[in-house]
Amino acid sequence: MNIQKKRNHFPDRKAEDRVKDFQEVGLPIDFELAQKEAGRCLQCKHAPCITGCPVEIKIPEFILEIKNAQIKEAYHIIRKDHFLPSVCGRVCPQEKQCERLCVLAKTGEPVAIGKLEKFVGDEAIQKQYNQSSKIKTIPGKKAAVIGSGPASLACAGELIKNKIAVDVFEALHKIGGVLVYGIPEFRLPKKLIEKEIGVLKQMGVQFFEDSVVGRTIVLEELLSEYQAVFIGVGAGTPLFLNIPGEKLNSVFSANEFLTRINLMNAYAFPEYDTPIPNASDVIVIGGGNTAMDAARNAVRLGAKKVTVAYRRTENELPARKEEYHHAKEEGISFRFLISPLEIKSDESGKAQSVVFQKMELGAPDEKGRRSPIPIQDETELIQADMVIIAIGTQSNPLLPTISPKLKLNSKGYLMVSENLETSIPNVFAGGDIVTGAATVIQALGAGKKAARQILKKLEKE
Amino acid sequence: MFPIVSKKKYNDTIFELEVEAPKIAKNALPGQFAVLVAHENGERVPFTLADCNKEKGTVTFVIQVLGKTSSYLLNENLQSIPHITGPLGIPSHIDETKNHIVFIGGGLGIAPLHPIMKAYHQIGKKNTCIVGFRNKNLVFWHDRLSQYASKMLITTDDGSMGEKGLVTDVLEKEISIQKPDLVYAIGPLPMMRAVSEKTQFHGIKTIVSLNPVMVDGIGMCGACRVTIGGVTRYACIEGPEFDASQVDFDELILRSRQFKKEEDICLRDYLKNGIKK
Repeated sequence: MNIQKKRNHFPDRKAEDRVKDFQEVGLPIDFELAQKEAGRCLQCKHAPCITGCPVEIKIPEFILEIKNAQIKEAYHIIRKDHFLPSVCGRVCPQEKQCERLCVLAKTGEPVAIGKLEKFVGDEAIQKQYNQSSKIKTIPGKKAAVIGSGPASLACAGELIKNKIAVDVFEALHKIGGVLVYGIPEFRLPKKLIEKEIGVLKQMGVQFFEDSVVGRTIVLEELLSEYQAVFIGVGAGTPLFLNIPGEKLNSVFSANEFLTRINLMNAYAFPEYDTPIPNASDVIVIGGGNTAMDAARNAVRLGAKKVTVAYRRTENELPARKEEYHHAKEEGISFRFLISPLEIKSDESGKAQSVVFQKMELGAPDEKGRRSPIPIQDETELIQADMVIIAIGTQSNPLLPTISPKLKLNSKGYLMVSENLETSIPNVFAGGDIVTGAATVIQALGAGKKAARQILKKLEKE
Repeated sequence: MFPIVSKKKYNDTIFELEVEAPKIAKNALPGQFAVLVAHENGERVPFTLADCNKEKGTVTFVIQVLGKTSSYLLNENLQSIPHITGPLGIPSHIDETKNHIVFIGGGLGIAPLHPIMKAYHQIGKKNTCIVGFRNKNLVFWHDRLSQYASKMLITTDDGSMGEKGLVTDVLEKEISIQKPDLVYAIGPLPMMRAVSEKTQFHGIKTIVSLNPVMVDGIGMCGACRVTIGGVTRYACIEGPEFDASQVDFDELILRSRQFKKEEDICLRDYLKNGIKK
């Protein structure tokens, strides 16, 4: 059998067009292309791809259905394991997970599993294969889920599927957590999130916005009404550099910048009330996916020059390759081996430039990653009327207000047992609030795993 | 949805809004705030909880008309508010060791003082209250606050009611009569700074409640970061109350103007075009 070594090309919109708006970068995938790509799958009996997937989607099975033109069946195979194929097809780092383990990757390029998942998810939404009916839940068994991001959605989905009534409490005024406040519209259209969450609603999951557990409702109240609680509140609080000038106007955390644009639709100001100031020279500090998202949003807001400044080199860049390439295509400049020392102000108290320390790579640390070290007396000044700090997040200090009885580790994240149970019985947790910042799919995996533990526990009671 | 129970206008710029929010009313403590989204395309705006009625399940905001959200809330005939999140922020620390507390409110700032004064009054403390307004027409709630004060003093910039002058002048006199154990000051930033300078000089501990720009109000964005004693703090989850002597007011005043231009654009757009549905 002659297998095509290279994967099929899944086209994006042209860079010069897509930077003008916030519409999705990837073009819709048509059936012929999906079927052709599905034809490359070897249908390995041992399916190594599945072991690379935190929610263990039966990848060869759904791909076979695409090959056989049975898209509805393909969708229902994915849905046995999770409810968000349109989301995950777009935002999972497949190259580090399922696709990395694809047998074809050894001699050529792996099957484009992510693209196929996206195709199936989108078809299911468009052709309404995702319509669901309300699930009759077991009387007297209810679970509360705190947060409505990926971990919580996966947990809620797994519970309702197993006939456990679920109420989800979200602190913000929209459902979806990081999917709605963090990930840009051009990578993940909000409409799709709404549709995929809609499936959970149809099955009977109830969502309550504006509910800060620990403030609006206390954990004790939840525990008296629900037999189990899942905490999936995410990592949340942005880190700053602690350098002079960080509180000047027009200096933002990536979280604030992205929340204004994504959650609050600041790109459509003043149709939406939340503003984001105009800027011509934007510097983004950091090299992860969030930095790429911030830089690409800045381009779309009309900045003349957007520069990403990262203190290591291109080889250490933590962002997904795909995001890095997209960013470069969109005209974003990358400056490596520089680290900010100070943000300088204009006379109005607004950022004007950033002073950088030049760096070089030192000896590898215990993880084998080479640390950046300053080159003495070598600095550089770069103009910027907006500075976005994207150097990561830490545990939200609000967490202990949920309950002082929750045990936290030294970094402020929740301590859980092997079964993902916290120090309070029947209270489980998963996702970034346990592991620190990670990916959407890892959070989905944790939410699903916690749900299984909750099911076990509820069965015994 | 949070049904509106009543809306009372005190003057051209200040009004009171009472809203049904039983969960917030049940858990609210003095010094806390809530984030309100006035309409589906609205901003998330923090307002201090000026009062709450746990039996009725209502909370009260006192709002000054400044930008679009406040104008919209005053002008439109609304039945309900789509989103209110709260109670947020760390509640006031009601310090039982303090006996004589001076509360200073400037303009709108007197509303957030209300629950804190009430709490001190309920544990039998002697409160002195100094409230300052630009003129007589802007005075509100002074009778409501005077229930909880053994001494109530009003100043106006033009002398049209109470004493002519600034709250800090009256504070100076009060300090000379009897030095307070604690001062609470809530109002415009320059007023809080002026009070802080005076009380630092006299060595009196002073608490201020800060109201910087916020987006989520739950520690996720850092928009509300302020410098307290040289350290970055988030007003939303580590405040809103801080020791006045530690606050970098200059920085805060600069930051408070950050979106002035955009706020004006947004207000003008609303006054011209109304709300786009």
